[in-house]
Amino acid sequence: MGFHWRWDFTWQILPRLLDATLNTLAAAGIGYGIALVLGLVFALAQRTPYRMLTVSVREAVEFVRSTPLVLQIFFFFYVGPQMGLRLSPWVSGMIAIGLHYASYLSEVYRGGLEAVPKGQWEAATALNLSTRDTYARIIIPQALPPALAGMGNYLVGIFKDTPMLSVIGVAELMHTANSIGSENYRYLEPYTLVGLIFLLISLPTAGLIRLFECWVRRKLGMR
Amino acid sequence: MDETADYPLELTGEDVPMVRFLNVTKRYGPLTVLDKLNLDVAEGEMVSVIGPSGSGKTTVLRMLMTLETINGGVIYVDGKPLTHMPKGGRLVPADPRYLRRMRANIGMCFQHFNLFPHMTALQNCMEGPVQVLGLPKAEARARSEELLEMVGMIDKKDQHPSRLSGGQQQRVAIARALAMRPKVMLFDEVTSALDPEVIGEVTNVIRKLVAEFKLTMLMVTHQMGFARDISDRVCFFYAGRIEEQGPPDALFGNPQRERTQQFLSAVKDAG
Ligand SMILES: Nc1ncnc2c1ncn2[C@@H]1O[C@H](COP(=O)(O)OP(=O)(O)O)[C@@H](O)[C@H]1O
Ligand SMILES: [Mg+2]
Repeated sequence: MGFHWRWDFTWQILPRLLDATLNTLAAAGIGYGIALVLGLVFALAQRTPYRMLTVSVREAVEFVRSTPLVLQIFFFFYVGPQMGLRLSPWVSGMIAIGLHYASYLSEVYRGGLEAVPKGQWEAATALNLSTRDTYARIIIPQALPPALAGMGNYLVGIFKDTPMLSVIGVAELMHTANSIGSENYRYLEPYTLVGLIFLLISLPTAGLIRLFECWVRRKLGMR
Repeated sequence: MDETADYPLELTGEDVPMVRFLNVTKRYGPLTVLDKLNLDVAEGEMVSVIGPSGSGKTTVLRMLMTLETINGGVIYVDGKPLTHMPKGGRLVPADPRYLRRMRANIGMCFQHFNLFPHMTALQNCMEGPVQVLGLPKAEARARSEELLEMVGMIDKKDQHPSRLSGGQQQRVAIARALAMRPKVMLFDEVTSALDPEVIGEVTNVIRKLVAEFKLTMLMVTHQMGFARDISDRVCFFYAGRIEEQGPPDALFGNPQRERTQQFLSAVKDAG
């Protein structure tokens, strides 16, 4: 057979793969959006004075972090219906990946929040700011810059993990490449293209994140 | 059970002090930091607190700023309990809402300034008036600019703290606290983190406050000369209690207690 690259086949399958790229981007974007918000909820929940809540959230985060993402995806999709929760591949995939990365992000947030000096809390109290204003206007803006690098890493991470959604049939890049391969008995071109597409998106994203980090720091007056 | 249940619900009569510590006890684990402390500060009075390191001076201010919980006794501000609130005819520990209301009476400046680094000097000053007092932006800005002018920082109002020297940051911090119009101002070693050559710019601002505002002030300091100059009264703390107190000339000129004498001569020898 040999290692023979076919350009005609490449051009033929490219549109289908680019189409699937949109799905991959959507999956990464939606999953990351869920993770960003839910992660903050997890991080803040661990700082409330309610011991039951803080302990159970901490344990749940630890549990999610120490089990494989692919297991969580399978779990929501296949075990969900048994518990009366029938979810489409997209929905269960987004829940699983969002939840998984929310656990990672909550640790990033936690680190950022803990890096804010105690004196900032005390100054906020001395000015009589509400708890909400203290978080929203004083603490989180300062916790953000040190957290941005970690948040960026997980954005690239979630993007690279979207192929796992193929196991439950989400039509993202990997799933599409597999279909093309099995329909045509050729895997070299689709897999190579998938690799290139991931590379072409990951690299600039990492660079943009670094620029964004600098911009935020400058915006907040912290150099 | 709770001994504070029998304490007065509020202070009445002539000469209600602006601040009253009544048998205030503070413990950290097994360590008793304040031991049944009694201390009154009259309205408009400037009281300096001096004493060896670890004697509980900072703790006194932090308790008044409600940054620490109380283990015994009651603190009153402007005649009303601060650490406790009246409920069913007795005093019970204050809830967050009550604390928030009472805290409005008090402002504090810290040794390390604690300015918000992501805000300019002006934004630091406007934050409380806008977010807490609900002042319109224009009014908060006018008030803040007036105070920044008073502390000599109006030229730097649009700078972030990272661009300011320690002395400049502390002056902004004083303006920020004053912008909330507190009845009581607390200063915790506000010059201790400063280079010697800029200490004067901060002490001059405090002198100005004493001269122009009728504020009640409680100041922890290691600058004996400054304390002697501007205080109405000086308290010497030792091991969580007031060992000796009095008018500055009496306390510095003719200390009665041996520990006071030892402390003052040690400080003099040190510089
Ligand atoms: N958060 C804390 N936990 C335990 N001990 C503390 C804490 N804060 C202060 N202390 C102790 O309380 C004592 C009084 O502290 P402080 O009021 O800061 O003294 P000062 O300001 O006079 O130097 C010291 O022995 C100090 O170690
Ligand atoms: Mg101290």
